[in-house]
Amino acid sequence: MTDAPAVAPPTERSSWNPLRAARKLPDAGFAYFLLLPAFIFLALFTVKPLIGSIIASTQPRRGDGFTLDNYARLATDDVFLKALGNNFLFSLITVPVSLGLAMLLAVLLHQNVRGRGFLRAGVFAPAILPMVAVAVIWMYFYQPNIGVINSILGALGLPTPDWLGDPGLVLPSLMVMMVWKEAGFFMLFYLAGLQGIDPELEEASRLEGTGKFRHFWKVSFPLLMPTTLFAAIVALSDSIKMVDFVFVMTQGGPDNASNLLLFYIYKVAFAQHWPQFAAAISLVVVAVLVALALIQIRLMDRKIHYR
Amino acid sequence: MPEVLLRSLSKSFTGTRGDRHTVLHDVGFTVADGEFAAILGPSGCGKSTTLRIVAGLDRADSGELLIGGRDVGNVPSSERGLGMVFQNYALFPHLSVAENIIFGLKVRRVGKAERNERLLEAARQLQLEPYLDRRPGQLSGGQRQRVALGRALVGGSRLILMDEPLSNLDARLRADMRTEIRELQQRLGLTVLYVTHDQVEAMTMADKVIVMREGFVDQISAPENLYARPENAHVARFIGAPPMSVIEARREGDALLIGDQRIPAAHLFARFGHDLPEEVLLGIRPEDLTPGLGAPSRPEDLTPGLGTPSRPEQLTPGLGAPSRAENVASDTGALSLPGVLERQELLGADRLATYSVGDQNLRVRVRAASTLPTISQLGASLDHVHLFTRADQVRIPAAIRPVLAQAS
Repeated sequence: MTDAPAVAPPTERSSWNPLRAARKLPDAGFAYFLLLPAFIFLALFTVKPLIGSIIASTQPRRGDGFTLDNYARLATDDVFLKALGNNFLFSLITVPVSLGLAMLLAVLLHQNVRGRGFLRAGVFAPAILPMVAVAVIWMYFYQPNIGVINSILGALGLPTPDWLGDPGLVLPSLMVMMVWKEAGFFMLFYLAGLQGIDPELEEASRLEGTGKFRHFWKVSFPLLMPTTLFAAIVALSDSIKMVDFVFVMTQGGPDNASNLLLFYIYKVAFAQHWPQFAAAISLVVVAVLVALALIQIRLMDRKIHYR
Repeated sequence: MPEVLLRSLSKSFTGTRGDRHTVLHDVGFTVADGEFAAILGPSGCGKSTTLRIVAGLDRADSGELLIGGRDVGNVPSSERGLGMVFQNYALFPHLSVAENIIFGLKVRRVGKAERNERLLEAARQLQLEPYLDRRPGQLSGGQRQRVALGRALVGGSRLILMDEPLSNLDARLRADMRTEIRELQQRLGLTVLYVTHDQVEAMTMADKVIVMREGFVDQISAPENLYARPENAHVARFIGAPPMSVIEARREGDALLIGDQRIPAAHLFARFGHDLPEEVLLGIRPEDLTPGLGAPSRPEDLTPGLGTPSRPEQLTPGLGAPSRAENVASDTGALSLPGVLERQELLGADRLATYSVGDQNLRVRVRAASTLPTISQLGASLDHVHLFTRADQVRIPAAIRPVLAQAS
């Protein structure tokens, strides 16, 4: 393609310019033409694998033919149900806590505090670190004998549990990491949201004697709803896609106490060499994600004011 | 009785490089109960800061602020008994018009019945009844402006502060809102402190104008006085559209020296008494100058046509200009300045010309139909000649004239 401007005079050389040819299309057609590259990538990397997964999920483990056994098995597969329950708990706790913490941090860092830039960078840092590196670092924190956390607890004479080895503690331990990482990330969005609110609103509130907390609750919080909706959907899908920590730190153990859906899919597909069942689980997870996102948008859309 | 009294308020900010900027120097004025006072000045003159200090959004470094006789320096905004209209209205976009208006009443825990009553009253005053359920985003600029006014009024405050409330409206709406705000203020007997950079707003609405410049108060007076008797050259150069021409001149015996032009001015000096400083600023409004044909004072300025302009289209001076010029020249109550036309622009009904006098420029405003001579005797009645000292730019008052001189 040449990058000659559209208004360039016709040249002697008869070069076929697809952009100019496409200009003869009706407007809608031209729009689709411009979207073509995106469509191609979407088809190659999203639609085709999706169709592939749908087909694979209806195949038996050995041989050909059509079967729904993979889906039927889901209801009875203990590990799947365990991973589903774990993931449900994981999302239920990390999403609201991350968002709440992110909002709190954003409100604090929105004010004129000393070293604001440094603090903002510090809070945001976890979001840009590679997850695997983060997992390795936290393993040293959680290590039962020489780990940072237990060293401190031990020095204070407090019990020193095996954070990643105790089935009751391993999932909460991963949740803490998730919140730490996600809160910093979403803080940035809330910060942008807060900066988009006219400071005159705060002054108008102050003139009426509105307390800071009330102003936040009645004005800032509702005006941040679009940010919250966006962040909630991203946080939810993040929490369901979480695999790095599990892979590096616990391998789903002990006794599947920290097994999450994506890790289980990975295990079924590549450790048990059973891609058909893995495809079925994946599709169910996707369906659940889509359904949740739709419900979220519907629920919040009613209460959101878009300017 | 919400009268406002400011006494020598000062305020400085720390700049980005740690240096102090003083934005208010010793600002003081009063706004009487029921008065409409406008703070007028260019951007950065400290007018908004002054208003924010009165509102309690900013604190002064020193000085006193009394509202209704009470020192409110340490009183939070909400207890100062005032309402405020912000420049961008500051309406809550997620709340309806009604909720916006009663927001403050809810905060103050006013009962529901009274809230509704006051809401309806405010809506009636501002003709907002049909819009109470709408969101600010669904309103026009003028309607939003009225909602902001409603929110300021509903609390029952009789003192209303306004920070350039009309600056976001288009010109026609601005003219309508000027009348509307003034009318509302009169009808409800409000005390208004109004900040603007638009002299038309200040002149048309206010009972009292406070002109500010670089953190100082330049003049406090009624709008008419501001135009007729500017207290210093800064105000003179600011008020009027176009503003007064202020040029440098020297007193030499009985004449004024502008550049190398000697202008006889015995009558002018007589008006001001004889203790005039040698270096003065001469101020004349463009509309107070009459361009007339006249012999230039120096022979070398003569064009071949002996005083008649060389350009043919200006050979016939229009609308009896010559006779007026003769009158002016012979009239002892006038100052006559020889000028050469530099440029002119059409302003619609009027024409604005720039004449050079000596090494200085004077603007002259005439009807659009008049023709302007290239060389002219610019006449101005002595009543309309303003003198300022050059050292500190303050107005030199005319001496009290003896009765005999007045009669002549």
